[in-house]
Amino acid sequence: METNIVNESRQYIVVTLGNEQFGIDIQYVDNIVRMQKITRVPKAQNYFKGVINIRGEIIPVMSLRLKFDLEDDQITNASRILILKIEPQAAVGIIVDEVREVVTIDSESVDKIANASSDEKAAYLSGVGKNGENLISLLNLQAVIIEKEAEVK
Amino acid sequence: MDVSQYLEIFIDETKEHLQSLNEQLLILEKEPENEDTINEIFRAAHSLKGMAGTMGYKRMQRLTHDMENVFSEIRAGKMKVKADLVDVLFKGLDALENYLDCIINSADEGTEDNNDIIDALNKCLNDGLGTTETKEEAAPAAPAQTAAATQTAVAVKHLDLAEHEVRAVEKIREDGGNAYSITVFIQETCILKAARAFLVFKDLEEFGDIIKSSPEVQDIEDEKFDLDFSLVIVTKEPMDKIKSVIANVSEIRDVAIEEVVLPAKTETTTEVEKTDANAEAAKKEAAPAQAAAKAAPAKKETQKPVVNRSVRVDIEKLDDLMNLVSELIIAKNGLVSMNNTETKVETGTGFNEQIEYLERITTNLHQSVMKVRMVPIESVVNRFPRMIRDLSKKLNKKMELYMTGEDTELDRTVIDEIGDPLMHLLRNAADHGLESNEERIRLGKPEVGSIFLDAYQEGNNVVIEVRDDGGGINVEKVKNKAIAKGTITAEQAETMSDKDIIDLLFRPSFSTAEKISDVSGRGVGLDVVKTKIETLGGSIETKTTLGQGSNFIIRLPLTLAIIQALMVELGDEQYAIPLGSIETIESVPLEEVKYVQSKEVINLRGSVIPLIRLGQVLDVPETIENPSELTVVIVKKGDKLAGLVVDNLIGQLEIVIKSIGKYINNSKMISGATILGDGEIALILDVNSLV
Repeated sequence: METNIVNESRQYIVVTLGNEQFGIDIQYVDNIVRMQKITRVPKAQNYFKGVINIRGEIIPVMSLRLKFDLEDDQITNASRILILKIEPQAAVGIIVDEVREVVTIDSESVDKIANASSDEKAAYLSGVGKNGENLISLLNLQAVIIEKEAEVK
Repeated sequence: MDVSQYLEIFIDETKEHLQSLNEQLLILEKEPENEDTINEIFRAAHSLKGMAGTMGYKRMQRLTHDMENVFSEIRAGKMKVKADLVDVLFKGLDALENYLDCIINSADEGTEDNNDIIDALNKCLNDGLGTTETKEEAAPAAPAQTAAATQTAVAVKHLDLAEHEVRAVEKIREDGGNAYSITVFIQETCILKAARAFLVFKDLEEFGDIIKSSPEVQDIEDEKFDLDFSLVIVTKEPMDKIKSVIANVSEIRDVAIEEVVLPAKTETTTEVEKTDANAEAAKKEAAPAQAAAKAAPAKKETQKPVVNRSVRVDIEKLDDLMNLVSELIIAKNGLVSMNNTETKVETGTGFNEQIEYLERITTNLHQSVMKVRMVPIESVVNRFPRMIRDLSKKLNKKMELYMTGEDTELDRTVIDEIGDPLMHLLRNAADHGLESNEERIRLGKPEVGSIFLDAYQEGNNVVIEVRDDGGGINVEKVKNKAIAKGTITAEQAETMSDKDIIDLLFRPSFSTAEKISDVSGRGVGLDVVKTKIETLGGSIETKTTLGQGSNFIIRLPLTLAIIQALMVELGDEQYAIPLGSIETIESVPLEEVKYVQSKEVINLRGSVIPLIRLGQVLDVPETIENPSELTVVIVKKGDKLAGLVVDNLIGQLEIVIKSIGKYINNSKMISGATILGDGEIALILDVNSLV
């Protein structure tokens, strides 16, 4: 799994979920769209809200909040869906409370998460980036999106 | 002549002939006396020879020629088919396939002479014929012929000069120049011989006039010459210079040049004839230039893999398409004229009529296009019996391949890609799956192992199963191997299900074979198979029973899937049910719903059909109303019927199937989604997994 130990800077899109800030590697972001009608898919994993239609392409949408065991999304005017492309031909959307800004963080100001925590959530992070005063949790998108079969069970 | 334009046809036809040779040889091996088969093989070899010759593929021609010879003798009843002959023929077939591969990749047949096969063929021929000397001649004739051509027979072919040409020669000699007879030999591997000839002509025209050529310029242009052509040039340049000019043209094997020896002197040089010759020369100059320009792009093409992928289409299907397109235009014109006149009166009915018309045409058009793109899977699987035969000999195991459903149709793009994965699986089955003969006897199994290849359509998928009745996958062995290799840890292994372990086989570089064999076992197989199938939008599943064999199940989507579906409403959600699986639609009064084992059923015209409350299955928020009648869509799966209870019927619609992506796990109840006219999404129900 890719980590950010390479000595180079990367750009991240900063999004918020509740009071935590998350950074999403910009190279995986295909598009950012406003909230729209999500068609429910029955019997899907609970954190999958359904599918949306982006210019004729059907894209599944997951709720980061539900994935991280937070409260369900409160859809506001600031809510956005980030369309991510981790693998070719397999886009996926994630719902976030708000899209803040784009920041550049070089790898020196990224701390790796102490592996001691057995917190399941830690697996979803690739590190914590410092941007001035703010701490930004950098998402490990592969882990968030690409399910391991074990987790489904 | 530019042969590259025929290359595609050549390749297609060669493939067909090779395939038929393959099939017939397999039959021949079992029934060496079958006359039809022998005739068929003879014909195929003969056609191949002819085609290869026309295209200038000498090696291929030579090989097929010898195969044809053998069969012409067999056909005449002068010799019998023996096992070793069949082996040689199969080898020859492989060689021909190699040639074809080379041609597909580079438009060139390659340089492999396959002399050993030819020798073996001739040996068979001689052995079979016994001592008949005269017959013996026939076979080696071809090699001898080519050998003659290959040997540096660099002799100048003398051309007879006509009177005015003789005068031209005399004239140039008076002016201090000379005339040379030149014979140019082109390399056998050269594809565009005509182009080479033009280059020679073009270069020579810079230094003098070509007054004669053999064959005629027109024939050279049409590539109607073998590997050499001769010409006479009048020039003021020295002989060496001319020779080096020609030798500079690539793919020229050799040049023979010498001074023209004039027979007897004839006088009277008239100016008129002189200009004649000039005009002719000018004409000649123009022609090569033009043709060279034509040849140049053709050559560029040949450098890359030359062949576009093509589908052979029945002319009837094309006519259908053409008809539909013209109807489409008529329909469009109808709409246009309606828009123009736009009288406020009764636009409604006319408009609807046109829409219906248009709808009918687009449906038909879609079906026709689909039909054109669909190819029976036969074209891929029919080379497998041969492969299994070879494997059986190589591995020294007795095995038989049973295939069903070869007529199952798949989109052309899928067909092209599915061959390799299937081959991998079959090889695996033959090598790892089946036990050795002794082992099988010891286990009380039939000595001859069985491999099954079954293809069939299931809903919007085509399923291909590769089964064997061998030992199955030893999960423990895989587990230990994985731990030994460090793929997983011992603790991980504890928690993994058998299925997880089997999935390890699909990881890159993982092989359980103890020994690496020629056939398989390098561990580059299954992961490649899996990736390939996934890129095609399909999936692969493994079922195995230790000691009884394993089954690899490939599911592939019918691509370009547009289907007719019934749109239904559940709560305020819309779903599509593929029309293909719908039997009838019934309105059932609530009191007719009976209970069997506390499950809802209805008795419909004598058959008891279980009811499925779609709303509940799909967790649709309950709507309060409790109707006195149920709308039931009766669907079938195989010969099983079930009634799907829906809230409302919306109507029939032609929908485009789209995938909902691989991340959502929905226990297969939803086979896809479609986008409706208003941009909303409706999910498509997979009836097979519901019932």
